[in-house]
Amino acid sequence: MSDPRQGDKVMPMGEAVRRFVRDGQLVVIEGFTHLISFAAAHEIIRQGRRDLVLCRLTPDLVYDQMIAAGCARKVVFSWAGNPGAGPLYGFRRAVERAIPRAIEIEEYSHYGMVARFAAGAARLPFFPLRDYQGSDLPAVNPEIRSVTCPFTGERLAAVPAIHPDVAIVHVQRADRLGNAHVWGLMGVQKEAAFAARAVVVVAEEIVAEEVIRADPNRTLIPGLVVDAVVEEPFGCHPSYAQGYYDRDNAFYVQWRDISKDAASLNAWLDEWVYGVASRAEYVTKMGARLANLRAREQCCGPVNYGF
Amino acid sequence: MEYTPTELMVCEAARQLRDGEVVFVGIGLPNLACNLARRRHAPNLVLIYESGAVGAVPVRLPISIGDPALVTNSASVCSMYDVFAHYLQGGRIDVGFLGGAQIDRWGNINTTVVGDYAHPGVRLPGSGGACEIAILAKKVLVIAPQSARAFPERVDFVTSPGHVTASGTRRALAMPGAGPVLVITDLGCYEFHDGEMVLSSLHPDATLGDVRRTLGWDVRVAAELAATRAPSGDELRLIREDLDPGHLYI
Repeated sequence: MSDPRQGDKVMPMGEAVRRFVRDGQLVVIEGFTHLISFAAAHEIIRQGRRDLVLCRLTPDLVYDQMIAAGCARKVVFSWAGNPGAGPLYGFRRAVERAIPRAIEIEEYSHYGMVARFAAGAARLPFFPLRDYQGSDLPAVNPEIRSVTCPFTGERLAAVPAIHPDVAIVHVQRADRLGNAHVWGLMGVQKEAAFAARAVVVVAEEIVAEEVIRADPNRTLIPGLVVDAVVEEPFGCHPSYAQGYYDRDNAFYVQWRDISKDAASLNAWLDEWVYGVASRAEYVTKMGARLANLRAREQCCGPVNYGF
Repeated sequence: MEYTPTELMVCEAARQLRDGEVVFVGIGLPNLACNLARRRHAPNLVLIYESGAVGAVPVRLPISIGDPALVTNSASVCSMYDVFAHYLQGGRIDVGFLGGAQIDRWGNINTTVVGDYAHPGVRLPGSGGACEIAILAKKVLVIAPQSARAFPERVDFVTSPGHVTASGTRRALAMPGAGPVLVITDLGCYEFHDGEMVLSSLHPDATLGDVRRTLGWDVRVAAELAATRAPSGDELRLIREDLDPGHLYI
């Protein structure tokens, strides 16, 4: 039998979610402010996934929407706010008032979450770090522990490895094998992808293998860890893709009002998630709003890979 | 020239930064302060954002900590593993900036929850990178508007440790960084003596009465209480016209 990770992995988002995201799984959609796959999140909502453990540093609007849609039973995170615009009301309604359902939380700091992904990617059981002494976080999260260094005798904090069932990462461009170029902010996408049992790469554009191979230093995620490749232009909106389109900061501010009560948030989901069949329909429906976010050009010079 | 308390806080924070220092920048007022310092007395200030931008030179006010303008023309862009492990834990950060919903007498900061953790009165965003910045940056500047609710004697939850916590002092807990050295509010500045916030300078138009009414404990006052310098016309012009022309934070 041939290795399923060899060969052409391109498929539509609907198929990628059907095949790689199951009820009850530990799901990671990473991307720190930059390159957040709202396209994947919306498809997961449309397909009605339930009881997911949603893990990412910043739940952001992407998990606020999934929590409000009833997809999550637990959220693992390190900063749950609407970046630059206030609280995450969907998240807070679930935590404070069990709407639409009660969710568990498991909370770290950013470095703790980064370290969990790094341990997972390296198949180590835990990661040591100089952190958490004097903080109340270990008192409310028993997974934050400490170890004694066998060489120096120092006490260090320790956090456990995380192994997502699936990691979904958006990239600027990938070839059909999943070799993915990323530039701009890289967050923890590489660690998340290597830590996961399955990886879905969502790309602004699918390009020829030669385009990737011409600039191998820019390949953040190699095809050998990738299971599915999906092409979704504007797949991050209202997040952004450097060099393609800007962050829709106005939408993040609007979300404050949209999400303030459950009814208006649900009405938004009805119109913009359940009310469209695909990301392509969402993009068409958004119309000029997206065109206005198009990035201006600032290209760097080429480098010489010759020898 | 007229100015707001927020503008004064930004100017006072900027004046704390020395040319050539490496600063871990947060969004909002710390970002304004760092970029103000860079435009004036500290052109070689190195701005590092937790999103991975190193030596950032943002040409527009970043709305989020991951704004694309932090990437364009920066000296380096790295992974968040690099930011936290190599830069912060590696001892490369001179100054960390923190704010918070609650700050207490010992400089402990709460950005997690008001009330009980299991049954929150208000659920706040959580740590982000603040906990490790508080522990690992060589020193920490705190910037927050003052009110009795925001400055209790003890925070409800220690997200980011200051000088004295339930589990011990910084020295006993072997924290690499010196912790908070200055708290800048809309009424005054506070230094730390024996781990405790002590009023070191009073802003123009603020009184000791204002200060005492808006702190949750009987605050100590420095023997030689200084008067904070008002913002200059040049500082105000830079803030209003160049750094925050949309008046998002000021």
